[in-house]
Amino acid sequence: MNTIHNRRVVCETLIELSEKDRDIVVLCSDSRGSASMAPFAEKFPSQFIETGIAEQNIVGIAAGLAASGKKPYVASPACFLTTRAAEQIKIDVAYSNTNVKLLGISAGISYGALGMTHHSLQDIALLRAIPGILIAVAADRHEAKRLTEAFNEYTGPAYMRIGRNPVEDVYDSDDYDFQLGKAITMRDGNSLSIITFGETVKTALEAAELMSTRGIDCRVINMHTIKPLDNDCVLKAANETGAIITIEEHSIFGGFGAAVAETIVQNCPVPMKIMGIPDEPAVPGKSREVFAYY
Amino acid sequence: MDMDTYGRLKKKAAQIRRDIIDIVYRSSAGHVGGSLSETDILVALYYCVLNVDPKNPLSPDRDRFLLSKGHSIDAYYCVLADKGFFPKEELKTYSQFSSKYIGHPNNKIPGIEMNTGALGHGLSVGTGMALAGKMDNKTYRVFVLMSDGELAEGSVWEAAMAASNYGLDNLTAIIDRNGLQITGKTEDVMRIEPLAMKWESFGWNVIHTDGHDFPSLCDAFSKKNIIPGKPTVVIAETVKGKGVSFMENNPKWHHGVMNEAEYKRACEELDKIPEVCE
Repeated sequence: MNTIHNRRVVCETLIELSEKDRDIVVLCSDSRGSASMAPFAEKFPSQFIETGIAEQNIVGIAAGLAASGKKPYVASPACFLTTRAAEQIKIDVAYSNTNVKLLGISAGISYGALGMTHHSLQDIALLRAIPGILIAVAADRHEAKRLTEAFNEYTGPAYMRIGRNPVEDVYDSDDYDFQLGKAITMRDGNSLSIITFGETVKTALEAAELMSTRGIDCRVINMHTIKPLDNDCVLKAANETGAIITIEEHSIFGGFGAAVAETIVQNCPVPMKIMGIPDEPAVPGKSREVFAYY
Repeated sequence: MDMDTYGRLKKKAAQIRRDIIDIVYRSSAGHVGGSLSETDILVALYYCVLNVDPKNPLSPDRDRFLLSKGHSIDAYYCVLADKGFFPKEELKTYSQFSSKYIGHPNNKIPGIEMNTGALGHGLSVGTGMALAGKMDNKTYRVFVLMSDGELAEGSVWEAAMAASNYGLDNLTAIIDRNGLQITGKTEDVMRIEPLAMKWESFGWNVIHTDGHDFPSLCDAFSKKNIIPGKPTVVIAETVKGKGVSFMENNPKWHHGVMNEAEYKRACEELDKIPEVCE
């Protein structure tokens, strides 16, 4: 049972990177605790900026820092960051093409019991429609490390969606082939493909295991980079397995399933099911309870 | 300010206003009222204050300028072209299909730092630039020009609070206080007075000035007025549509388009100003 949550790994990785890269700046909106960024703030106080509870301002400041050569990481709850500061993300980050990394913490239904004010189930739909933002999600702590390292190498606007709670490992270690924009086939199969990302990769693997006992040979794909989508991988899955299920901790409207469907429908139509949160305020509860409910 | 400098700036401002009228008339686009009200502020900055080099527009030590009231792009383009950041000839494509000279600042154009014009963004971005300057022990200054109507955006005050909290004395906000916005008087649309008190209570060094008087403007922007540990705001009292009698103080000219007769009349009025300076 893994007890290390991804946000802690992101912080530890940023600390490691900052030993050599003094241009890294972490910004928090009274969120250093929930983002697990307090160790970074203590270790590198001169590379840490507190903005208070002001999401529009934190993104604007980050854009100004990036335009002046810094590598800002904005760590703020995904629910507030992506909706309250949507215009700053659109203009100051994406349109101005500043090298700002947005870390949307406690995304999806991480804050399950707190209700819709704190759920972030629109962020992918919203950011996906803005040109120029890379969107990625790690499936476990090992991938969180690789993704953070990849973010620091990547120059340009990018959004990392990070859950709150520890998730079970899907990788044995962080030593595997990870490239932004390149999906990973976690389990091969020929009768059906489940394409997902983040915490539900584990769920998909469990489902595939269950299906295998009933003779269904299911492929599981970890699409850690949602934009740009690995279209080749999606089309290969459609061609070779003939049916697609997408799972997302997000609204079923305009999100990940929609992105996969756009590719499938226009290139290789096959039966498809989009699983996610329906068009309603999500039921409150722990992640597992909410997933099970839907 | 010596008389030569004063005369030079007055002539330059008259020429810029004439250029504005030309590009606005030619394109049947633009925001002429706010461009004319901010012209003297931009001329004071670009010909008296800012350390910028058109041959090296991305020099790390340059002063930064952000036109947060991005719709008033006409004056900004005309000043940048005159300074040599790009050929003036290129402004003939202003607001035309596929031109990079669009109706708001575009950072694909040399000399323009950021894409602005969604109101209320500039001061936060300027705060970030000023913070970066402090972190790197740079001496550059950051100037952010806002409109008075823009101050109804809550994000302005998030940034005002932060810049003061961080003690950014390398940051200067400028308010083009022409008193009008698209619907009418700012005080009728959303009262922003007492403006100086608001900024003072946010911890800013507040300077009031005549936004059309070059000695006052250059003095307001000078380093000697910086108070260590405090950001500065210059509230520049201006006249919307300044320099063209029928546009002055008339909100209709926020983004009005001239007919031929109005264009000729505007040109005649502006062409007289340099003679007055002789």
